[in-house]
Amino acid sequence: ESIQGKEIDFVSRFFAPHVGINEDSVTGEKMVKDRKKTEKLTKSLYDMVLIRIFEERSAQLYGMRKIGGFCHLYIGQEAVAVGSIAVLDLKKDYVLTSYRDHGHALAMGVSARKVMAELYGKETGCSKGKGGSMHLFDIQKHFYGGNGIVGSQIPVATGIAYKQRYTKDGGVTLCFFGDGAIHQGAFHESLNLAKIWQLPIVYIVENNIYGMGTAASRVSSITDFEKMAAAYDLLGVVVDGMDYFDVVEKTKEAVYRARKNGIASLLHVKTYRYRGHSMSDPAKYRSKQEVESYKQMDPIEKLKGQLIKEGLLSGKEYEKMRDKIKEVVEDAVRFAEESPQPALESLHADVYAPMEK
Amino acid sequence: MREAIRQAIDEEMDRDDRVFVLGEEVAEYDGAYKVSRGLLKKYGALRVVDTPITELGFTGLGVGAALAGLRPIVEWMTFNFALLALDQVINNAAKMRYMSGGQFRCPIVFRGPNGPAEYLSSQHSQSLQTYFAHVPGLKIIAPTSPYDAKGLLKSAIRDDNPVIVLESEMSYAWKGEVPSEDYTIPLGQAQIKREGTDVTIVVHGKPLKMVLEAAEEVAQQGIAVEVVDVRSIRPLDEQTIYDSVRKTNRAVVVDESWPFASVGSHIAWLISHYCFDELDAQVELVSGEDVPMPYNHSLELAAQPSVEKIIMAIKNVCYRS
Repeated sequence: ESIQGKEIDFVSRFFAPHVGINEDSVTGEKMVKDRKKTEKLTKSLYDMVLIRIFEERSAQLYGMRKIGGFCHLYIGQEAVAVGSIAVLDLKKDYVLTSYRDHGHALAMGVSARKVMAELYGKETGCSKGKGGSMHLFDIQKHFYGGNGIVGSQIPVATGIAYKQRYTKDGGVTLCFFGDGAIHQGAFHESLNLAKIWQLPIVYIVENNIYGMGTAASRVSSITDFEKMAAAYDLLGVVVDGMDYFDVVEKTKEAVYRARKNGIASLLHVKTYRYRGHSMSDPAKYRSKQEVESYKQMDPIEKLKGQLIKEGLLSGKEYEKMRDKIKEVVEDAVRFAEESPQPALESLHADVYAPMEK
Repeated sequence: MREAIRQAIDEEMDRDDRVFVLGEEVAEYDGAYKVSRGLLKKYGALRVVDTPITELGFTGLGVGAALAGLRPIVEWMTFNFALLALDQVINNAAKMRYMSGGQFRCPIVFRGPNGPAEYLSSQHSQSLQTYFAHVPGLKIIAPTSPYDAKGLLKSAIRDDNPVIVLESEMSYAWKGEVPSEDYTIPLGQAQIKREGTDVTIVVHGKPLKMVLEAAEEVAQQGIAVEVVDVRSIRPLDEQTIYDSVRKTNRAVVVDESWPFASVGSHIAWLISHYCFDELDAQVELVSGEDVPMPYNHSLELAAQPSVEKIIMAIKNVCYRS
């Protein structure tokens, strides 16, 4: 695999201690033999395939009008959420994202059942049927949404990082958003605050090239977004979002900087969504060739190929994994189908919090 | 008044180390209106935080910190600047609990001066309570005395919901007794500031002073006015309002914001609806004029409620001239 023009063995790249930054570096032994690490890689592949199949099924169900409203699919971008969340310590780290949030929720360990039930608007959904596709939340899992306003989660995520600094709990916040959000004042104000208060946060712009139907190049002073970090004297890093290992490596470094030194980073992750902006978008603003060219770099195929090549996974095991995932997704659909509608009385519930006693 | 607000913040910061203050000029400058005087020295820069001029950014940061378990007090230098932060207040602070199916608490206070002061023209003299009152998920209080300010603000800081505190530049210098012991006033309780039998005036915030003057003046003409200071716009103590109107059978609502779809017009509608059978006259609304605020002082005064306008409304509902 060629990254940054260098020929690097992917296993050693993943596990090699970064100079001075890899906390849990393992030296000497060949990593291939490390079962825990192998399991972690397989788990990541599992999560990416889960997101893919979950989203494909969601598209069908949307067509069948089982899912309503807006539905923004994550297909094509799976390596970004899975790779970056894989490096977190979920006991103390937090994740926030935009309305294209199914993938992040699943990568954070919110169950497929709870997510699908939420898309159905059912009582058993992760937001009790009140949030829908754009507002998935799981406070126990430190997944703080799911935000429907472009860029609106960025100051909120910055505030969670402020809490982490305030309590010195060693946590880090990952804040995902799209290329459309990077021109919002909320983004620029937040980076400034993160810098002046040394907040442990990593801003991740998932550049899938289009803000809805508008190519970033048509509305951006620059398209190499990593440069925007420089305005706030922060580090901007380019990441290949179609490559799981590149996402892992760059996020790991950024998380380390945030955790140890309170230095925020901006990761410019170059990725691509195969589907339109939302289910109602036929995506006529781009060519079939363009979409095909990205499908040739499919992140799941790539990771799968790497694992098979290194002997960490067999083709047969992969097929078994896919079958298992299909079952999980079908189970989630059944669960959503069979779950009750929220009671009408719940309409007025949870507008205000009762006093904690 | 400003000292009462400061005491409330100080005591709550002392009581709970999750409470912190952020906003423009709150720390080293001691607050644009000196409300946070001395707090930086006492609590340090992590808990009394000077922000850059980025209302959207620091308001949203407060929301995130609240969701994660802290209890921020966000000072807006004025409510006019809070318009830049409305997305965070309305889309995040007010909604997170509901749209997460009840998972979140958002214990945050947004406070600062609202409404006109003097000679500040259109962009700095707006009564914007209606913007916030419109939104379920927010609580809103409008203290009119140092005693109320301290007791209500302490409740607001201890509340697990976002609370908007409407203060007024003109009332920061108001004087009043404040006990030294710890006390709170529950949100959602109106208070009868003057008892009477002929007309009920429902008011919130700074115009209370004019209402009390008007009541004094018409008392000499034999009209006994009852003044209901709602103190809390959300939750609104409707019962106290209706009880008073059912006693006096006449109502005037005073609200210094614009008249169109305002807090005042809503309260007037509530009274018209729920006290219809008991009313002896239509409900009157005394509001700000439906114009941006001019700079010229005579015009500026003409744009606001006045003692004269309130007296005229009282006489209208009493069919007196």
